[in-house]
Amino acid sequence: MKDKATGNPELNLRRRKAVESFFKVLMFVSTTAVVLSLVLILVSILWKSLPALKLSMITKTPGSGYYLGKEGGILNAIIGSLELTLGATLIALLIALPVVIYLNTYLGKHSFLAETIRFSLDVLWGIPSIVYGAFGFLLMLFFQLRASLLAGMITVALVELPILSRAMDETIQLVPTELKEATYSLGANHWQTTTRVVLRQAFPGLVTAILIAVGRGLGDAASVLFTAGYTDRITTSWLQPVATLPLAIFFQLNSPFPEVQQRAYASAAVLTWLLLLISLIIRSLSRKFSRNKIR
Amino acid sequence: MPREKLTRLAGAVFSFFPLFLTAAIFFVLLLKAFPLLIFKSLPALIFSSAWQPVKGQFGLWPFILGTLWVTITAFILAVPVSVLTSLYISEYAPEGFKKIFQPILDLLAGLPSVIYGMWGVLLIIPFVSKYLAPVFKTYSSGYSILAAGIVLAVMILPTIINVSVEVLNSVPLDLKEAALSLGATRFEVWRYVVLKKASPGIVAACVLGLSRAFGETIAVLMVVGNVPEIPRSPFSPAYPLPALLANNYGEMMSIPGYESALNLAAFLLLLIVLSFSLLARWYLTKISRRSG
Repeated sequence: MKDKATGNPELNLRRRKAVESFFKVLMFVSTTAVVLSLVLILVSILWKSLPALKLSMITKTPGSGYYLGKEGGILNAIIGSLELTLGATLIALLIALPVVIYLNTYLGKHSFLAETIRFSLDVLWGIPSIVYGAFGFLLMLFFQLRASLLAGMITVALVELPILSRAMDETIQLVPTELKEATYSLGANHWQTTTRVVLRQAFPGLVTAILIAVGRGLGDAASVLFTAGYTDRITTSWLQPVATLPLAIFFQLNSPFPEVQQRAYASAAVLTWLLLLISLIIRSLSRKFSRNKIR
Repeated sequence: MPREKLTRLAGAVFSFFPLFLTAAIFFVLLLKAFPLLIFKSLPALIFSSAWQPVKGQFGLWPFILGTLWVTITAFILAVPVSVLTSLYISEYAPEGFKKIFQPILDLLAGLPSVIYGMWGVLLIIPFVSKYLAPVFKTYSSGYSILAAGIVLAVMILPTIINVSVEVLNSVPLDLKEAALSLGATRFEVWRYVVLKKASPGIVAACVLGLSRAFGETIAVLMVVGNVPEIPRSPFSPAYPLPALLANNYGEMMSIPGYESALNLAAFLLLLIVLSFSLLARWYLTKISRRSG
């Protein structure tokens, strides 16, 4: 191109081709590195988990000598994580759904209030989960709660809220304006248009958004570190502490006993499978539902 | 229509929740950090490197430096790889490969930080202490800034790649075709045409990744060593702000001033992360408006 023409077009072209192939190799190497790092992560964890991966891992709670390497499993953490995440997602959904509906039906696309709310959701998205954990802990002290399922649920709900709201907002914004206008022209009001047309049209996207939030909630450790506590029993009440999978992994990995460390790998494998399952559901759902959508 | 009015009102009330929450987090952390700020000036706390809570010394400088070292190492490792990868995906990769690559990237983005941390302990730490440190003729236990940087780099790859690919795909095809028709090679098209259009977006993508890296807690905590000293080289351990919070926040009540110091640390972390992520988002929306 513009630089360093040597006067010999043949040689010049060869040099340019060499630069091209050099960068092509670099690109290929980095892409391979990205793919390889995922493969390495999955393989190393699944491989290490094999010796400890027994059925009792997922069907039993820790026995008396569990942290010394004796009998037991992590059923408490599996159930706890599910309880915590489902509760948190429900709370987040209860706040996010009205916000998103209000943003998209009652406010103009570029109104000042709508932009401010979206901006504040972006700000919330950027806050690291350890800061949510600290904030949740301070809230907990203020309301004189102890580390419990309730406190953990509220904190994780705060972490999930911006993710859920922005993801739902994006899908609802994709609903064509013509569709809404057609409904209005038939005499429907905002409420009817939203519930009967917009939400149905956006349904697959909404389900995906919820599953993304569930995935984040399941894997987040920093926000539950001070708020959810930990227990070896299955949590049955709001005010009891609750065990979570990420913390189960974290604690077991810090153990000096190799048997317990192996169980940390097995717990990690369980968590990974759970998340893989969710991402598979997301993919198949979005494919299945998008067939029935009106364009 | 009472129901119509009711939903409208409820929506309006709920819509202020995100605004309220943002303000509340800032206000509460600042309020809780305040008791310490009465006794000591802010610069004295930030730039002092004496951390002895029992003696009432709360210098945050080692932690701030630790955060910066770890994040910058991750940034240096992640940026070239992710920019080259997104370039390959957007310009060269065959359709079939793109279809496999996207789920891989989504998976990588969805893995929780404990899993990354565990991977770091299993593979990266032995790698750093047994292979990398001898090459540079130093000793390292493996629990180091470099190990944390590598783990963190892999964690922020999906963020940077996803946004960069989107930015690269938004460059108009006509521009590329015009350059190709003038006899440019594909790399030259990228170097002289696409990069000119897309570089602000790629910069913003990288900054977004950077802001993710600042706040990452558990994965870093597991591999960084957690020693409150000023780090000397990439092979020495460090103690970033999020790790400080994670290790001490739950049991800070007994020592006077400790609670305020930790809340100040949380507030500083919040401030650093937010300034970066907001900068990136503002830039990205500015670009998307200009192009569309």
